[in-house]
Amino acid sequence: MAKPLKLERAHPLGDQNFGAPGISITSVRGGYRCSLRVAQSDISAVSNALGVDLPQAPKTSARSANRVAMWLGPDEWLIYDSKANPIDDLKNINALCSAVDVSHRNTAIEAKGPLAAEVINAGCPQDLSLEVFPVGACSRTILGKAEIVLYRAKADTFHIECWRSFAPYVFELLRTAARDQSALAVR
Amino acid sequence: MLLIHCPYCAEERPETEFAHAGEAHIERSTQMGELTDEGFANFFFYRDNTKGITYERWRHIHGCGRFFNAARDTVSDKFLVTYKAGEPKPDLSEIDNQTKAGAKS
Repeated sequence: MAKPLKLERAHPLGDQNFGAPGISITSVRGGYRCSLRVAQSDISAVSNALGVDLPQAPKTSARSANRVAMWLGPDEWLIYDSKANPIDDLKNINALCSAVDVSHRNTAIEAKGPLAAEVINAGCPQDLSLEVFPVGACSRTILGKAEIVLYRAKADTFHIECWRSFAPYVFELLRTAARDQSALAVR
Repeated sequence: MLLIHCPYCAEERPETEFAHAGEAHIERSTQMGELTDEGFANFFFYRDNTKGITYERWRHIHGCGRFFNAARDTVSDKFLVTYKAGEPKPDLSEIDNQTKAGAKS
């Protein structure tokens, strides 16, 4: 009898990473994501189930343990959890919401280091200074030709979510920008 | 880069995050079946194509995803004001005076 096939999901970036003085670009594997739409009346019920208060101000996020809720629009959030699937917490709630598991639609890249904001600004036209885009800020925006969700986890650390098919392009753009910015900074 | 104020994000964002979505304040008839061909064509196909100040729909497609309305001068490409979808046309006379005052100084 033939051996059963062992299937493994191919990651678009694998374990790619790039480091240069002042900046590192790393592929973040795994993690769970949920695209969430909730009407105003059900926000508190969904927040309770998720264990994190859905932020209601533009460009803000809320964090609890491994879970981050990012404001994308007036009734739209992206939930990212590095350990557990947020969908599991929404299965039995008594509230109306649309929750879609997009864990494998998206992939994440982390940009870390004092040059991180400059590197992302190579393709993203938003103001990423700490006054305008503070720690915890998040936004759906663009990076070159790809749409991304940008989240500032720490002053010098950005979490970049993009669709998996865009990942090689996004990574390459960041890698090139990191190489250039690092060379300019060292000079 | 041109900055556009998104009324939902409550801040100015780069133009490349937005998509133009045609003329604003076009009302769909509640009695579509009773429209004449000419009436339907006017509703569906014909647009004003104004030279000067126009009211347009824009969408913050690579941001909050919301549609909103904007008053824009098609000659100068200046956005006079943006406002949430569903809100009435804003009074432009005050904004217009500010623009004129700004132009003189």
